[in-house]
Amino acid sequence: MAQLTMIQAINQALAQALDQDPAVIVFGEDVGKNGGVFRATDQLQARFGEQRVVDTPLSESAIIGSAIGLAVNGMKPVAEIQFMGFLYPAMDQLASQASRLRFRSAGRYALPLVVRAPFGGGVRTPELHADSLEALFTHTPGLKVVIPSSAYDAKGLLLQAIDDPDPVLFAEPMKLYRAIKEEVPEAPYRIPLGQARVVREGRDATVLTWGAPVWLVHKLAGQLQQERGISLEVIDLRSLIPLDEETIMHSVSKTGRALVVHEAVKTGGFGAELASRIMEKVFLYLHAPVMRVTGYDTPYPVPQVEDEWLPHEERILQAVHELLDY
Amino acid sequence: MGICEAGLVQVLNEDGRVVGEQPQNLSDAQLKDLYRRMQWARLFDQRAVRLQRQGRIGTYAPLEGQEAAQVGSSYVLEKGDWLFPTYRDLAACFNFGLSYTSALLYTMGHLEGGRLEEGYNLFPISIMIATQLPQAVGAAWASKLKQDGRVALVYFGDGATSKGDFHEALNLASVLKAPVVFFCQNNQWAISVPLSKQTGHTVIADKAQGYGLPGVRVDGNDVLAVCQVAKEAVERARRGEGPTLIEALTYRLGPHTTADDPTRYRPAEELEQWKQQRDPLRRFRLFLEREGLWSEHEEEQSAAEFKTVMDEALKKAEQTPRSQLHQAFDYVYTNPPQDLLRQKEEVLSWTQRKGSVSWHN
Repeated sequence: MAQLTMIQAINQALAQALDQDPAVIVFGEDVGKNGGVFRATDQLQARFGEQRVVDTPLSESAIIGSAIGLAVNGMKPVAEIQFMGFLYPAMDQLASQASRLRFRSAGRYALPLVVRAPFGGGVRTPELHADSLEALFTHTPGLKVVIPSSAYDAKGLLLQAIDDPDPVLFAEPMKLYRAIKEEVPEAPYRIPLGQARVVREGRDATVLTWGAPVWLVHKLAGQLQQERGISLEVIDLRSLIPLDEETIMHSVSKTGRALVVHEAVKTGGFGAELASRIMEKVFLYLHAPVMRVTGYDTPYPVPQVEDEWLPHEERILQAVHELLDY
Repeated sequence: MGICEAGLVQVLNEDGRVVGEQPQNLSDAQLKDLYRRMQWARLFDQRAVRLQRQGRIGTYAPLEGQEAAQVGSSYVLEKGDWLFPTYRDLAACFNFGLSYTSALLYTMGHLEGGRLEEGYNLFPISIMIATQLPQAVGAAWASKLKQDGRVALVYFGDGATSKGDFHEALNLASVLKAPVVFFCQNNQWAISVPLSKQTGHTVIADKAQGYGLPGVRVDGNDVLAVCQVAKEAVERARRGEGPTLIEALTYRLGPHTTADDPTRYRPAEELEQWKQQRDPLRRFRLFLEREGLWSEHEEEQSAAEFKTVMDEALKKAEQTPRSQLHQAFDYVYTNPPQDLLRQKEEVLSWTQRKGSVSWHN
């Protein structure tokens, strides 16, 4: 089995989707000859031609808007928005149009479209390149929000997202694009949406996270186990909508403690949603309030203070201790 | 094809006299059919406004004055083509297969009012301004990829040309040579804002130039001119030569919606001028009568026929059971997440407890 980075796994998934289904079309800014700014679409145009791997004008709203038209007319568009922050100019098309078309047409038109967007911090990008906007879209009925944290998951979840009859925002943590290599089967496979992954089993507290922090939390959990005998259960949600409530509640009722770690800003973040649901469902199992380590409520900061702004080791450790000592 | 002031394409002048080249491709039966469709659109419109006043339907956006623009342009489409309408384009939608009952259900706030007849590539009515333009480009793009020979026609108003989506859509369509026709009904007013405050330029069709596509300005109250211009644009798209921008110069005779009072912002003289001299139905009827194709008797007969059809449609709509909230959950996702299904169950359990009691009573 080949060792692949996440970006290679995504590239392979796109190639296989294009190969398997003539309705699939990949398009966006710089995805053609350049192969995407992160090379997610590398060589795809050479292999599948300019009709199926298409460089669009610099036009985010038109990219998502035309994806809607493509999808209703029988295609399976996979649109790339170069960075998640660039979804703001296309917010109208994604949030008020794509998400609602099935509803507006009372089920007549489904939209099998995927919007891929790199996001997340720690890579010293310019303004609006790193913002984690997933909560905006979990607050938008009709969309699905999927966030892989590994090469293996990225391939399986992306192929599943492309198969899905409804619009999926596929948010790719760019810090992980080349950070790790994993064994990824060559043959196409699919991972159902809405199934969380228990990254590490534990008994003292549950950490709920997604995207880049999964690896940080996983590493810390190992250290805590080894150095202090603290046993953390780490859950990578993998998709926020649909949400695997069963795995979450099962874990939290077992450990009695929950910590949410996400890069997005705190207020109104998906961590708040998780805390609420845990309170509603398993309150009597809790030994401590649900805690959160998140980005702060400022615009995504400049590179000089980025590392302190993001959930980092010390902040997570402190939260774990507060949670355990409560 | 007659061209008068500022490149405006016209076949009939305001008195219904032929000033341009009379289209050869329309038979007498088709000419009468065009008129009847316009007449029925107006009668539907007037009836809908009355129904709103009676509280039998909700907010309605009258199309009166724009019958020629809508009927003429949609008349040239084929069944498999795509039509992207706004809330003021029911005349075009009816031409394209939307039933009166569906339109009424929509205005009555039925969940299923948005479901359009199967077999017609009619897109849901766009409420947001200009969002449908890039969507139409996408549908046209798909047709180009599939080589199915279909064309997308998208309606929008003068106000939409101020939105980014208008510009992004024209630009993208031009790059892709997508088989799409951008049909602007310049009815002079975007709610209360006149064209002069919407754009610094006076001719919307000119905007096409900046994107490298043809722009045509047509008298939107002259159904024959609209038909001709739309036909050329659709044929051009079908031949693979790319998009066209059409500006149909027309006028909304009524309010923006039944919730709007145009006397607050619109000069009465302007309205009178369009109403008395430029009415699209009057103009075409004068022409047909002169040709011996229409008479007062046929006018009345056709109106009576409409009334029967409309009464039946209204009856059907009013007898349609009220929407149930639990149905709403079925239209969010094809495969709903567990949590949504739980919310649906909650709604159903409330319904069971409360019976069918309306919350408003």
